[in-house]
Amino acid sequence: VDHYRVSPKKAALGTLYLTATHVIFVENSPDTRKETWILHSQISTIEKQATTATGCPLLIRCKNFQIIQLIIPQERDCHDVYISLIRLARPVKYEELYCFSFNPMLDKEEREQGWVLIDLSEEYKRMGLPNHHWQLSDVNRDYRVCDSYPTELYVPKSATAHIIVGSSKFRSRRRFPVLSYYYKDNHASICRSSQPLSGFSARCLEDEQMLQAIRKANPGSDFVYVVDTRPKLNAMANRAAGKGYENEDNYSNIKFQFIGIENIHVMRNSLQKMLEVCELKSPSMSDFLWGLENSGWLRHIKAIMDAGIFIAKAVSEEGASVLVHCSDGWDRTAQVCSVASLLLDPHYRTLKGFMVLIEKDWISFGHKFNHRYGNLDGDPKEISPVIDQFIECVWQLMEQFPCAFEFNERFLIHIQHHIYSCQFGNFLCNSQKERRELKIQERTYSLWAHLWKNRADYLNPLFRADHSQTQGTLHLPTAPCNFMYKFWSGMYNRFEKGMQPRQSVTDYLMAVKEETQQLEEELEALEERLEKIQKVQLNCTKVKSKQSEPSKHSGFSTSDNSIANTPQDYSGNMKSFPSRSPSQGDEDSALILTQDNLKSSDPDLSANSDQESGVEDLSCRSPSGGEHAPSEDSGKDRDSDEAVFLTA
Amino acid sequence: MEFAELIKTPRVDNVVLHRPFYPAVEGTLCLTGHHLILSSRQDNTEELWLLHSNIDAIDKRFVGSLGTIIIKCKDFRIIQLDIPGMEECLNIASSIEALSTLDSITLMYPFFYRPMFEVIEDGWHSFLPEQEFELYSSATSEWRLSYVNKEFAVCPSYPPIVTVPKSIDDEALRKVATFRHGGRFPVLSYYHKKNGMVIMRSGQPLTGTNGRRCKEDEKLINATLRAGKRGYIIDTRSLNVAQQARAKGGGFEQEAHYPQWRRIHKSIERYHILQESLIKLVEACNDQTHNMDRWLSKLEASNWLTHIKEILTAACLAAQCIDREGASILIHGTEGTDSTLQVTSLAQIILEPRSRTIRGFEALIEREWLQAGHPFQQRCAQSAYCNTKQKWEAPVFLLFLDCVWQILRQFPCSFEFNENFLIMLFEHAYASQFGTFLGNNESERCKLKLQQKTMSLWSWVNQPGELSKFTNPLFEANNLVIWPSVAPQSLPLWEGIFLRWNRSSKYLDEAYEEMVNIIEYNKELQAKVNILRRQLAELETENGMQESP
Repeated sequence: VDHYRVSPKKAALGTLYLTATHVIFVENSPDTRKETWILHSQISTIEKQATTATGCPLLIRCKNFQIIQLIIPQERDCHDVYISLIRLARPVKYEELYCFSFNPMLDKEEREQGWVLIDLSEEYKRMGLPNHHWQLSDVNRDYRVCDSYPTELYVPKSATAHIIVGSSKFRSRRRFPVLSYYYKDNHASICRSSQPLSGFSARCLEDEQMLQAIRKANPGSDFVYVVDTRPKLNAMANRAAGKGYENEDNYSNIKFQFIGIENIHVMRNSLQKMLEVCELKSPSMSDFLWGLENSGWLRHIKAIMDAGIFIAKAVSEEGASVLVHCSDGWDRTAQVCSVASLLLDPHYRTLKGFMVLIEKDWISFGHKFNHRYGNLDGDPKEISPVIDQFIECVWQLMEQFPCAFEFNERFLIHIQHHIYSCQFGNFLCNSQKERRELKIQERTYSLWAHLWKNRADYLNPLFRADHSQTQGTLHLPTAPCNFMYKFWSGMYNRFEKGMQPRQSVTDYLMAVKEETQQLEEELEALEERLEKIQKVQLNCTKVKSKQSEPSKHSGFSTSDNSIANTPQDYSGNMKSFPSRSPSQGDEDSALILTQDNLKSSDPDLSANSDQESGVEDLSCRSPSGGEHAPSEDSGKDRDSDEAVFLTA
Repeated sequence: MEFAELIKTPRVDNVVLHRPFYPAVEGTLCLTGHHLILSSRQDNTEELWLLHSNIDAIDKRFVGSLGTIIIKCKDFRIIQLDIPGMEECLNIASSIEALSTLDSITLMYPFFYRPMFEVIEDGWHSFLPEQEFELYSSATSEWRLSYVNKEFAVCPSYPPIVTVPKSIDDEALRKVATFRHGGRFPVLSYYHKKNGMVIMRSGQPLTGTNGRRCKEDEKLINATLRAGKRGYIIDTRSLNVAQQARAKGGGFEQEAHYPQWRRIHKSIERYHILQESLIKLVEACNDQTHNMDRWLSKLEASNWLTHIKEILTAACLAAQCIDREGASILIHGTEGTDSTLQVTSLAQIILEPRSRTIRGFEALIEREWLQAGHPFQQRCAQSAYCNTKQKWEAPVFLLFLDCVWQILRQFPCSFEFNENFLIMLFEHAYASQFGTFLGNNESERCKLKLQQKTMSLWSWVNQPGELSKFTNPLFEANNLVIWPSVAPQSLPLWEGIFLRWNRSSKYLDEAYEEMVNIIEYNKELQAKVNILRRQLAELETENGMQESP
């Protein structure tokens, strides 16, 4: 463990510690001793900047979009930290990852239970499988046919092992068409695969039979959509390499459709550009909007959403099955299948259902988590924010349908965090096969159990199981709404607390709901006690005077104001609702109402000083330049939450 | 009545109304002096009641004998009417055009409107300057009410009663008025009780090219400073613009003559630049191409959010001077009737908890916009669809409301009112049955006898039944100064107003309802529990008494 004196500007002096798993910065300030912990696996880039008078700056960018700058007094120390971090941030063996040393103090049984919380065979059962059209195939037992697929796969009943194996030989990386989602209501399905090895003219009878089988498994429709999620040009270019796309003439009754989602390299660059915009120091509105447009990020989000909407519509409205693929069928295909499933099935919009969805479409179907999120040191060209985009799509939907999801924004942010953190074993490796070989389940813990245990933090207070938005398919407006896609500052600027709304409606409503629950319990208890006492009194033959009592009292105490002042025995989390009639002058009452009204459960409100410190980036200098603006020290208490901050 | 001449065809049958997100409706179209009414005569459910004064522009087209009128409203809504018969269509169109551009204010609907509700409190008297003054006077004796402008002779755009430093007499005020644009001598806008610092506002000083000065002006604003303290003058123009103003007789305070003051220039756009910005923004919102990049670039090109950021930044700066620096400020631009008021009123939203209540916000609008002489009649004559170039229109007030919405979004529990309240104010500023936003200043309103002849918006809004629609269920009084973020990431488009007619708000409305339900249910339970607690407590004491003897 190294010791360093660190002075990040606008923040505090402190000491930097490097451990095997974390960078820890502890502030010197005696009353806070605030600690900032950063997992090595979260570190995306480390940049040594030019030495200044105050010391040697080190800029660390994290995969969860946190950015910190350390200023280390001694050049030499800085260099040592830099070298250590470079090594620590790029582990070469899985065993070096945090999940192998992370121990949440659970016993073996609890760990095992954690791993069975999300059970895919249960999920297929829930979909209504197997049935007389679909069956579980053991063709991929021991990963014999396709090593990036799971062993448990659902295929049409009429697809024999011969057809499957034949089809797999005609598909990139042998990822043959299998079921992703089955829509009980009308027997339509979403299937997924990789691109066919069609080149310019090759065809494969078994593959054609496979698609035929998928069509037959849906008696309600006489065709199958084949959705290639790549831009047409990319797909055509693939033909020269012996890959490509389905020729409508060779397959009977397919409708072929391109939906142009760009490849991982474009997406990586796009995110990079957007993050540069987020990092700009006091950008103008034009800088920001122009940069956002220029990054193309929201255009890509829209493309993914459009594909998902197209498929959901094909399934629910046309009753047609859809085969989705891109190149290898593990990036864009995963995005699009899961967006479509989320639109179609309310189960995936619940807390547990969402975990199932990720487990199914991403983890089990061999999305290359290790490569895409750079858990181990690898080819930087393989890194791409594929699942980040899916998570953002979900957020964009939550913004449009605020009551439709059981979980809240925090849930999405925490999942994103843990995809990169490597604290839990769920997202390790590139396939199920690799995970089994590593014995992940025996050696690490499951994130799903952790999230489930803390589910109270992740609930959306507006969700109600019986609400109309939670039923059936989500219908996105086809009408004008091209701009319903918004910049997600809660994710990409999440460590800039000052930029976020200072009061959380979600937290507020959750606290109200919690209190409501307590009130319900108390009400019941009170009614019981009252009944008992009244019985006793009846026995005491004090009849007449008693009976008139309740009505008299109810007339007297319904006013909220009088209630607010009565001491309450569980007032710990009881807040008073000041009922202020707007027709009376409020000046006085506004002044009398004390901080008690600020809920302690709301982090932004409990720290009062924090709230007053939100002056952001007011560049108050007059254009004439010479005059001193009064805000020289405005940054001094800017967001005390943040230990370390960017320099101005 | 004059209107009859303008209405050539008062009624047409079989007219089809098209609106976004609603099925087309066929019905009878009627024109009255102030309204366009469409009734399907089926339970009166699908009726359109549109004030002519809400109509910003109309287009007409013909296909054969079927005419189509596209009506573009000041609240950005676009509706389409298919009218069978070319003559009828032409008549309707020309009537609408004439009726929506009446010259005389006294022909406007507020002069004809008779309220269908009982007036509990006359809004014309809800916010009297004397009452507002009382709010400060308990805390300070340094200020007084002056009646120097009683006959609107000193400053035509000021109200008859203004608050000025106690040590400055009316004679001095008259002199200062001659030195300030439009006679707008510095007056008190806000008194910060916490530390006694103040916001004053005025018009620009008329220094001209030869650096004219006015001792009384210097004395007046110095009178607001505590001993040894310095103040800030926030000029809402860039230094360049301020310098150019000298050529036209205007100017800014010279350091030499105002040594105790530091001048800061925070440029806020005005007039046609804002109007063009609005036109571009609304055009972008109505763009149907579904192209994300195009949308973002149009949003950027409109500059609307840039204006929002500029205005909010200036307001935060003003608030910072007051609360953090402990310094008083004087704010002005050129006339002191537009950007000046945006800054003074937003600074109060930030600093003063009362202005975040419904009542307090109404008082703020009354004080800082209506009384302060923001020329509503000129600014709100046309909206985003106007194609004639008129130089007085500008969405100054809408920008202010947008800024308030931005702060509300960042502090969703600190405001007593909700988004609907802001939208309602926007609508009424542009077209209303109430007289509140008519005229350009108090003087004009007096001449029009609005108090006697029209109903105040506040009389209607402040009825309990109406108020409930505008009340924020999340509100919990927050006595703190609230500092909004002005980073671009924190300032999104106000969809509630600009995409209001372009998207279905069904799911968002449902969410709002759900929120209200959660909170209402909680309150209900709380009341019940408290009743029972009391009952129980009483029964138990009675029991105790019975048992004790």
